[in-house]
Amino acid sequence: MLLNNGIIILFSLLIALMATIMPMPLSLDAFRPDWVLVVLLYWCLALPNRVNVITAWVMGFLMDVLLGSVLGVHAAAMALSVYIIAVNFQKIRNFSVWQQALIVGVSAALYHLLVFWLQRFLTDIVFLPSYLYPVFTTIVLWPWAFLLLRKVRRHFKIK
Amino acid sequence: MRLAFGRAQPAQMNPIFKHGPSPQHRLVFVLLLSVLLIFLDHKANSFDGVRGYLQSLVSPLQYIANAPKQMMTWAAENLVTRKHLMEENQQLKVNELRLHEELMQLDIIKQENERLRSLLASPLRSEVRKMVAEILSVDSDPYTHQIVINKGANDGVFEGQPVLDEQGIVGQIQHVGTTSSRVILITDVTHGVPVRISRNGIRLIASGSGQIDRLTHNHVSHSADIRSGDLLVTSGLGGKYPEGYPVSRVTIVTQDESRPFAQVFSQPVAQIDRLRYLLLLWPEKPSSIFSSKSGAEAASKAKSNNSKGDSNAAQ
Repeated sequence: MLLNNGIIILFSLLIALMATIMPMPLSLDAFRPDWVLVVLLYWCLALPNRVNVITAWVMGFLMDVLLGSVLGVHAAAMALSVYIIAVNFQKIRNFSVWQQALIVGVSAALYHLLVFWLQRFLTDIVFLPSYLYPVFTTIVLWPWAFLLLRKVRRHFKIK
Repeated sequence: MRLAFGRAQPAQMNPIFKHGPSPQHRLVFVLLLSVLLIFLDHKANSFDGVRGYLQSLVSPLQYIANAPKQMMTWAAENLVTRKHLMEENQQLKVNELRLHEELMQLDIIKQENERLRSLLASPLRSEVRKMVAEILSVDSDPYTHQIVINKGANDGVFEGQPVLDEQGIVGQIQHVGTTSSRVILITDVTHGVPVRISRNGIRLIASGSGQIDRLTHNHVSHSADIRSGDLLVTSGLGGKYPEGYPVSRVTIVTQDESRPFAQVFSQPVAQIDRLRYLLLLWPEKPSSIFSSKSGAEAASKAKSNNSKGDSNAAQ
């Protein structure tokens, strides 16, 4: 993991985790993009041999601890959404950035629905459309995150 | 076919991958691990101790994530005009004078109350230890209502400890780390507070609804004397919350006779979405007025033993 500047990958994932728990005004909180999912998906598409389902699961587990949900809920959802992108990385790589953004959006929607279903199974929560607002901000975030992380990858020559 | 495609490609790209397990096996492995974790954490509750360690493990991350906000608050507090400060100072002085006067009265009333209680042979209410805590981060998960505060086991915080703001009950401590701990709010769907109406003493349970400005009350009979605007205070029955602190104010009462129970909603008194400073309480013993009754004797003894154990463990 730490060979060839792999520490940068870890660092970007940590920043994403921080952005996930950073306090925000209540009105914007519902629109918080899925930073961790976006960063994970970028590394999965760029370096599938370095970042895989296990990494996604560990990040999801950390999110469970940080968000105080039942351990394993975010972990399972994250692993499954990343898996679907990771097994198709060859195809998705060849798409344009906006097509990729839509696919990332679908993956984010799956992630939120999986978390909702698992939570629904455990406690009596009801579905609100606002649970899916982050999907839109994630779609908008993807091209910018993609360009930034590609720049980072090339600059540090992460292989 | 797609799966085979995905599996074959990385093997060509990087020879290391050939030796590792396939993505499917990894997925099955982590999903099984998740199911095991969910079962152990949710159904068997066997992670209570581990969660404390995990909480202390990630607390540096929470402190760092909170830093920008803290810097902004610091800037906002430092960049104020002299005039504004003077005005505020004036206001606070007036406030202090008023509170001081009320405090003097309170002292007299307290003594009188104690004397009357000793005459009635009721248990005396003891002073509770308090501590001020600051919010580190607010949970961004929409499914649970939790916050993280900057006090932990090092400060004597214990699980189940009541948490207040200046208006009323906010929630209770759920997980304790060494330097930070997690508070579950009264609006969380899994949380309930035993309350009574301060006007007439009718007992209710205030359950969280998952909405920040609404608590629900189930199983309220149609004949119950409850009106919108009634103040609900803690009844002290559960043994978690000390008695008499305000919780919420009734907003909607719908008495539709076709339903088995009246529909009652209330709004928390504490401003749950504007929390910053919180108060932690160390109740010495259950200060319930029902604890002196002979029927509840054993229960109250058990409770006081528990709370003693808690406070001992905390110190």
